[in-house]
Amino acid sequence: MTGSFAVLVGSLPLPLLVGLGGALGALGRYAADAALGGGRRSTVAVNVIGSVALGALVASSPSDATLALAGTGFCGAFTTFSSFAVNVVRAADTGDYRLAAADALGTLATALLGVGIGWWLAGFW
Amino acid sequence: MADRLVPVLVALGGFLGATSRYLLGTVVAGSEGTLLANVLGSFVLALAIGVVRSTRLRFFLMTGLLSSFTTYSTFAAETASLGPALGAANVAANYALGFAAAFVGLVAGRRWT
Repeated sequence: MTGSFAVLVGSLPLPLLVGLGGALGALGRYAADAALGGGRRSTVAVNVIGSVALGALVASSPSDATLALAGTGFCGAFTTFSSFAVNVVRAADTGDYRLAAADALGTLATALLGVGIGWWLAGFW
Repeated sequence: MADRLVPVLVALGGFLGATSRYLLGTVVAGSEGTLLANVLGSFVLALAIGVVRSTRLRFFLMTGLLSSFTTYSTFAAETASLGPALGAANVAANYALGFAAAFVGLVAGRRWT
């Protein structure tokens, strides 16, 4: 971040930056739900996309303020563990263990790969 | 979905959820703090599914607050940075405790009503 925006962001307390990023992240997830129809597909999509973004952010050695706003706040709130856990448990509860395992392991594999891809992409910046 | 208050409630919940996770992280730092947020949030979200009836409250509490309090991206990034052995332990802890918490929450929510 450069210029007056960076000066403004740098002057705000970290908890406030996390909150502002979190509000935007939750809105982004809400918009993704609307676009993808909600449910399992939306949860998988936000978790993978958010993991790529966080991987790229962490690799670009951000300032504390940028990490609070974009990382802990935005990426943290855009992705969600609670909805993911409920999706997995509900699938298992209905006897669909294959779907539960695919969701649990598929999300893990793609999110970890996403962090790596984001990390790698950050090298181009 | 014409309720214009819903995006405001989602954003407000997101603000509070992310800030709560950050504050929890100042008390319990690193991957242990993330684990605690994910387990706690999974239980309350699962419970709220059965208990909370108001649509506006569901958007504020579930889509906004609890989904933002818990996080997958931070969990994934921390797992990657921990290395193979500790990373695997972190996945096992989040998955085992998170799924157990969601299961208990869903069952408790069903009994409630």
